[in-house]
Amino acid sequence: MSFLGDVALVAGKDLRTELRSRDQIVTLLFFALLVLVVFNFAFDFTVIDFVSLGAGILWVAFIFSGVLALSHSFQIEREQDRIQGILLAPIDRSAFYLGKVAATILFMSAVEAIVVPVSVLMFNYRFSARVALVIPILILNTVGFAAVGTLFAAMTTQTRRSELLLPLLLFPAAVPIALAAVKTTSQILAGRPFDRYASWIALSAAYDAIFLSAAVLLFDYVLEE
Amino acid sequence: MHATERMSDLPQRLLFLLVSLLVPVCLYVVFGVVPTEQKMGVVQRIFYFHLPSAFMTFLGVFLCAACSTLYLLTRARRYDIAAHASAELGVVFCTIVLVTGPIWARPVWGVWWTGEVRLTSTLILWLIFVGYLLLRDTAENREQAARWGAVVAIVGALDVPIIYKSVEWWRGLHPKVLKISGGGGLEPTMQRALLLCSVTFTLLFAHLLIQRCRLGFLQDEVERLSHAGVRRPARPAGGPEPKESDR
Repeated sequence: MSFLGDVALVAGKDLRTELRSRDQIVTLLFFALLVLVVFNFAFDFTVIDFVSLGAGILWVAFIFSGVLALSHSFQIEREQDRIQGILLAPIDRSAFYLGKVAATILFMSAVEAIVVPVSVLMFNYRFSARVALVIPILILNTVGFAAVGTLFAAMTTQTRRSELLLPLLLFPAAVPIALAAVKTTSQILAGRPFDRYASWIALSAAYDAIFLSAAVLLFDYVLEE
Repeated sequence: MHATERMSDLPQRLLFLLVSLLVPVCLYVVFGVVPTEQKMGVVQRIFYFHLPSAFMTFLGVFLCAACSTLYLLTRARRYDIAAHASAELGVVFCTIVLVTGPIWARPVWGVWWTGEVRLTSTLILWLIFVGYLLLRDTAENREQAARWGAVVAIVGALDVPIIYKSVEWWRGLHPKVLKISGGGGLEPTMQRALLLCSVTFTLLFAHLLIQRCRLGFLQDEVERLSHAGVRRPARPAGGPEPKESDR
């Protein structure tokens, strides 16, 4: 089977498991919405407008729920030692990695697809076509976050302190993606011209490319028994 | 065996001696010879420890990433020991940077901390390498700790320039707080003092690195012996009872 076929196989496996149990996506979604509610209470949105704070709030919600998605992604492999089965399967380790990244991106995008419209309603943002421009930005930055996150989660979930260790490793490493995502999103929502945030998009794209390729090379060393 | 050990000991002892001599000399030069900076006053003298520590942080991170790469390529134990030691030293010197920085900043800028790019990226670098040490700690065995550590070190080192760039852009036009790079604006005595301190810190780094690596090899040896089931040699029959104080 082709390499891409293997990637799709791994991602498909995770999606199928999720569609049958539906235990992850619901939790992730409610968690992300809860973050919005907390911020809704924390800031007075009759005074502060959504454009200046909204991007930050959205990305806090996505990054927090993303960490949950990443831990869950490898937790399910750990149960009943399923990871041994994966390691024995005749697929490339990097195909397994990319499959996991793809599944995480899909889960995070599903959350984002619901949280963004809800936040627009919740924070009384005047809905316009601009919101649609945010979609490629969401995807671009989610890829970078999932790329590094999946590499780290594969290690931390094998330890006993996984819930603590993953954010500890991932948040500092994901600082560029967080900054780029917040900046680009807020610039778009504020209706700034493209050249104001073009360099941030380039930074996100560079981050994605560097860490996806680095992780493909390094993933072999993460799972090795 | 003992002779060779003593032979390799000699340069190490000389290095230790040299460092022990140079550190007091540095203290004397920094507090007794270098003129007080006009605008910032006496607190500026912390600079002679702050900047060399920053150099050592980057040396530690660079060595850690380089040794980690070599470890993944060759799987030689010595590279992992060196990588681990470099990371620990990097964290130690980075902590010095993060402590001396605010002490200097408070009287000069009027704040303990600002969102300035160098400060923020140093803090993030520190967090990444503290995470590196914590992850190694939770690994099941040495071999796993070595592999995982190497992966995090390489990702962390790749991340450093991107973090720096992103923080720089985030702040917009970052304030030129102080011209500390290169020492271009420094008075000659200050330059020489900075050079002396940098050399001393590098030697101190080398000394600590060698000792930490030695400790790593000894830890390996202890683990190997205890795995082999070798405990204390059995007391020969009729031999003297071990004294309480010997235990």
